[in-house]
Amino acid sequence: MSVTNLKLPQDAAPPHAARVIAFSRTARPGASRRLPAALMTALTNLVPLLVTLSFILVAWQVICSAPDSSLPAPTRVLEESWELIAHPFYVGQGVDQGLFWHISASLQRVAIGYALAAVVGIALGALVGQSALAMRGLDPIFQVLRTVPPLAWLPLSLAAFQDGTPSAIFVIFITAIWPIIINTAVGIRNIPQDYQNVAKVLRLNAFEYFGKIMLPAAAPYIFTGLRIGIGLSWLAIVAAEMLIGGVGIGFFIWDAWNSSLISDIIVALIYVGIVGFLLDRLIALIGRVVTRGTATA
Amino acid sequence: MTKSYLSLELIDKSFERGGVRTEVLKQVSLSVDKGEFISIIGHSGCGKSTLLNIVAGLTQATTGVVLLDGRVADEPGPDRAVVFQNHSLLPWLTVYENVRLGVDKVFGSSKSKAERHDWTMRNLELVQMAHAADKRPSEVSGGMKQRVGIARALAMEPKVLLLDEPFGALDALTRAHLQDQVMQIHAELGNTVLMITHDVDEAVLLSDRIVMMTNGPSARIGEILDVPLSRPRRRIELAADRTYLKCREAVLKFLYERHRFVEAAE
Ligand SMILES: Nc1ncnc2c1ncn2[C@@H]1O[C@H](COP(=O)(O)OP(=O)(O)OP(=O)(O)O)[C@@H](O)[C@H]1O
Ligand SMILES: [Mg+2]
Repeated sequence: MSVTNLKLPQDAAPPHAARVIAFSRTARPGASRRLPAALMTALTNLVPLLVTLSFILVAWQVICSAPDSSLPAPTRVLEESWELIAHPFYVGQGVDQGLFWHISASLQRVAIGYALAAVVGIALGALVGQSALAMRGLDPIFQVLRTVPPLAWLPLSLAAFQDGTPSAIFVIFITAIWPIIINTAVGIRNIPQDYQNVAKVLRLNAFEYFGKIMLPAAAPYIFTGLRIGIGLSWLAIVAAEMLIGGVGIGFFIWDAWNSSLISDIIVALIYVGIVGFLLDRLIALIGRVVTRGTATA
Repeated sequence: MTKSYLSLELIDKSFERGGVRTEVLKQVSLSVDKGEFISIIGHSGCGKSTLLNIVAGLTQATTGVVLLDGRVADEPGPDRAVVFQNHSLLPWLTVYENVRLGVDKVFGSSKSKAERHDWTMRNLELVQMAHAADKRPSEVSGGMKQRVGIARALAMEPKVLLLDEPFGALDALTRAHLQDQVMQIHAELGNTVLMITHDVDEAVLLSDRIVMMTNGPSARIGEILDVPLSRPRRRIELAADRTYLKCREAVLKFLYERHRFVEAAE
């Protein structure tokens, strides 16, 4: 066969080239019109929120304004805890610290425990998702262990580590790891056969396959797990810190209860809620940045 | 002709599921010369993809062997690059990165970084996709994705290019345009190509030989048709060409008669 020598005349190409360039121009009309629209959406989302918030505050104020009320009204919270609200960066002796430092101590524990859970969880999830044998051996154990409430691990880890902080970190780790493992495994089991075929044709080795196919293909699932994990971590740290003591938002709340500083508790709860919300959004944002493009093929 | 470049020798393939054995391919043998363009045509479900996957090494034949350039090919590898029916680009990589992945893997040790970059761009230019190198697959059209798939396969410098209904999901205009591009690339590079298609015109226009498969189960090669048209071929001139029409008729007749035969038998 001598097809090799036969060349198409070069003038066959230009019309195609012209058509191809025309193709790519159609995608982005009216990008400039989006800004006012975004502003409108922000407003329409914000106004109902502000209305609800003021309604709640007014109702709270009315309900708790009775002289024999067991809980303080918003104005009393402001009055009693003004020191706390105004000086989040206050540095004192022992556990007498500004709220920022308590939150920061809690966040550090969560960061360590959660980071460990993410690394170990993704690795174990990859193993279980990839190998049917590992799945049969490990999955039933995971399914049982993940139902153990986080705090139930605390006494055991206190016995093992003999110290509060590593125990709390362990509780975070063990709380966050299950959704990460399970979602990673599901994501990896769902990698389309096509991608696996591409990997086979390219002869990717195990490491390349893990980094170039497995992680990115399963990333949307992995981030679902990571997002559930961070929420659970934050739930668990507050409870765990109540028991282990020291600087940390959990112990702060417990301490405030023991000193009957109900207003301080309310301020701390608002902090806890907002930080938890921000953590969730942070992971969601990272997930969106990392998995951009994966959702649509 | 002493020894062919690619040869399939007595390929049998059966799938077993729940104790039920279905024979898909039966005694398929085929010899392909270097630089030849072969189309495989047959009705849906007869086992064309299965056959292509066996050549690619993605599926193991039950019995029989695939020989490529004197060696047994039973594992997938970049010497038999596949263009999948649904393009199978990795959506988290850009167009450039999709092609580059294969280039890095195949030429990682033999080409420098700059050479690999140039080679990636050269192959994107070959399919006229260099202008969209930094886009993601989701940002380009179906035809463009398919072209990137072809560039990715070409960039590996495969001994055989395997195309599984590469234009099946495209509209007629885009399809014609890509067929012309594939013909031109084949003329320039002289690749050995095995292409599955449903489209009689496509088969006649592109191929040196058309392999027609009987209906499954136990599909065989029913007939092999030589397409003695000179190259370069142009679709408009061929539309009234006697040889072209004859080939077209032969394929249609084969498919039509086989199809009816099987329906009567069932
Ligand atoms: N993994 C599998 N297990 C069991 N049966 C299979 C498997 N893969 C394919 N088959 C069967 O083999 C037969 C041929 O399938 P194949 O995909 O090769 O057909 P095809 O000719 O490519 O069809 P189409 O033109 O629709 O793509 C079908 O009947 C299919 O059910
Ligand atoms: Mg098929």
